[in-house]
Amino acid sequence: MITKFTQLLGAGALALGASFATAHAAETVKVGVLHSLSGTMAISETSLRDVLLFTFDEINAKGGILGKKIEPVVVDGASNWPLFAEKAKQLLEQDKVAVTFGCWTSVSRKSVLPVYEKNNGLLFYPVQYEGEEESQNVAYTAEAVNQQATPAVDYYLAEGKKKFYLLGTDYVYPQTTNLVLLEYLLSKGVKLENIGGGFKRDESGKIIAAGKYTPFSHTDYQQIIAEIKQFAASGDACVISTLNGDTNVPFFKEYAAAGLTAEKCPVVSFSISEDEFRGLPAKQLVGQLGCWTYFQSINTPANKKFVADFQAWLKTTKAPGVVKEGRVTCSPMVLSYVGVYLWKAAVEKAGSFDVDKVRAAYKTGLSFDGPGGKVTTQKNMHVTKNVFIGETKADGQFKIVKSFDNVYGEPWLKGQFKAK
Amino acid sequence: MSASTTRRIEFIAVAVIATLLIVVFPLLNSAGVISNFTLNLWGKYLCYALLAISVDLLWGYTGLLSLGQALFFSLGGYMLGMHLMRMIGDLGQYRKPIPDFLIFLGWTELPTFWKPFSSFPFAAAMVILLPGLVALIFGFLAFRSRIKGVYFSILTQALTYGGSLMFFRNDMLMGGNNGFTDYKFLLGADVRDASTQRALFIATAVTLVLVYLGCSWLSRTKLGLIQRAIRDGENRVLFSGYAAAGFKLFIFVVAALIASVGGALYVPQVGIINPSEMTPDKSLEAVVWVAVGGRGTLVGPVVGAIVVNALKSWATRAYPDLWLFFLGGMFIIVVLFLPGGIVSIPVRIKTWWARRAAANAANSAPVAP
Repeated sequence: MITKFTQLLGAGALALGASFATAHAAETVKVGVLHSLSGTMAISETSLRDVLLFTFDEINAKGGILGKKIEPVVVDGASNWPLFAEKAKQLLEQDKVAVTFGCWTSVSRKSVLPVYEKNNGLLFYPVQYEGEEESQNVAYTAEAVNQQATPAVDYYLAEGKKKFYLLGTDYVYPQTTNLVLLEYLLSKGVKLENIGGGFKRDESGKIIAAGKYTPFSHTDYQQIIAEIKQFAASGDACVISTLNGDTNVPFFKEYAAAGLTAEKCPVVSFSISEDEFRGLPAKQLVGQLGCWTYFQSINTPANKKFVADFQAWLKTTKAPGVVKEGRVTCSPMVLSYVGVYLWKAAVEKAGSFDVDKVRAAYKTGLSFDGPGGKVTTQKNMHVTKNVFIGETKADGQFKIVKSFDNVYGEPWLKGQFKAK
Repeated sequence: MSASTTRRIEFIAVAVIATLLIVVFPLLNSAGVISNFTLNLWGKYLCYALLAISVDLLWGYTGLLSLGQALFFSLGGYMLGMHLMRMIGDLGQYRKPIPDFLIFLGWTELPTFWKPFSSFPFAAAMVILLPGLVALIFGFLAFRSRIKGVYFSILTQALTYGGSLMFFRNDMLMGGNNGFTDYKFLLGADVRDASTQRALFIATAVTLVLVYLGCSWLSRTKLGLIQRAIRDGENRVLFSGYAAAGFKLFIFVVAALIASVGGALYVPQVGIINPSEMTPDKSLEAVVWVAVGGRGTLVGPVVGAIVVNALKSWATRAYPDLWLFFLGGMFIIVVLFLPGGIVSIPVRIKTWWARRAAANAANSAPVAP
């Protein structure tokens, strides 16, 4: 009897101890998730919210970071740029998050940047962007122009292309990318008359803009495509497209209708990943190119495990608002995923969540083997990673046709390439 | 209640709220009771309240549903924004003495029309002059042609849409899609400092109180009477020998100026102005605030702007996936059950109470033989 009683007592003490232990382990670190869950950008950005929640669950299941579980604070920027700034302030000043993962458009990043600099916060930014920025408060896991646009040109040159048509949506990312591409093409010996889309010059005759631009949500591409058709008549031309969002639908429809094909004149797009592909006419896109630092079709065990784990998580998650059917993985999602692990590595190296210490640790060249291969952090807050060029297939996936290993992320490219 | 007692109550209420906003809240903020974040948020709401008043002055008081007020709000913001961009000096990403977006567009020197904006008085004057001029020209053409009703709404909507398309273009040299951001200094003070933000909050509160008093006074003058007469029966006003167009033009310009000043105060507090602020849906949002608060009153738009935006701020953090349903649900409830908006709630309760009392009295009254 007595032994039973002591046993019971012992078990009780154990249970009590265990509950204390869990109470201790339940100590959390707050992490902000700042994406648009409503409005025009929601279609792209909710996927990033989902993959971030998945990553947090994955890390928490393995014990968290420095013994603390990640507690996500999800807010909706609602595709409204002043609201992004407000939400950033809220995350930093009210919730006191250790780090934020967020933003898609350049304008949302520009909107929150002063808030992060003022409060010395840390933002991980995962979407391909124009460069020309190097804030100490932003970790750019995003593709810089030389991790997407210039490798695409290298690929085209190797394929024997001689003429390049530049086309984009009128905002800072396409404008900057095309100026860099212009310099890059000239440095590779491409003649100015073989660069299509037109130029704008200032009074002194210096080129200040290159390429053809259309507004957001533009639908009428007839004239531009007639121009491309003429440009491509010689058979050695290609198109470099920085068109963004829903304009891709009328563009590619019109392109196919004009009899232009990937064989005659391929188009490489920098804004169409697997996720965007879901909303595009797949048939008309087959054979056209994409260029990212990750494709779902990458055939490595690490990527297969990542895709399978994400799909499994989708089935079981109880997080509100997560679409469970027909999901794919794409580069911005993987760069979000990689961002969380790089932050984790920096925190563990620093032994602290303090932003200054984490930043110092982040700059020391930390590596993580992600689904797209090895990524390494750099001193300039960007990351070195592999670049892939893929050909679109009818099932919405990309067939990888070329890869470049360990490309250094360089944000300051304008004026770097000198004409021969 | 007689008109004079109502006015006395109104006066006391305004005085109390004004003291709270202009004196008490900023003091509590500097004492650390109200956080910088909260005060800054309220500064933003008060700017929205100015926009809402400008909508209501036209819609609720004159019967002109303008869907273009966001244009004037943004223009005001852009004018002050240009000055704020100049004040960044060489602290931008490129460390050059001209704004970053000009460098990315290949400019090495400041374009001529940017030069005078280095001066604050000039920029402040432009906050009044440019939107005023746009309103004057547009209003003159619209009212002279007797455009009214839904046609007026469509035209104003087209006006603001055209404006946003123009400002989206990088060729405009107004920052394109990204607009203006990353401000550093205003009148020598660091815009991002808590004390500067507090001063901006006080400035906004003072402006709001002055605009409120001004509009309240205006509605009691003969002009205010004609304004409401135009709303209720424009033809009769015309037949009575009044040139309605002139009155409408005056009110339209005044409303544009209120929106514009609101926008100019908004930009340094929010830290960004870009063309998506002048898209038609922003104007529509302001119309919704007025409807929720209660149109045809001056308190209504202020209450509506604050309630809707506070709800939005709270719900985008607390229920990021569901907040649109909250907001949508609230609009439906207001439209279905509260056509007079939130401010009509006390009156409705009073009439309901009076009717109940009357019904009780009727029930308890002896039955007539």
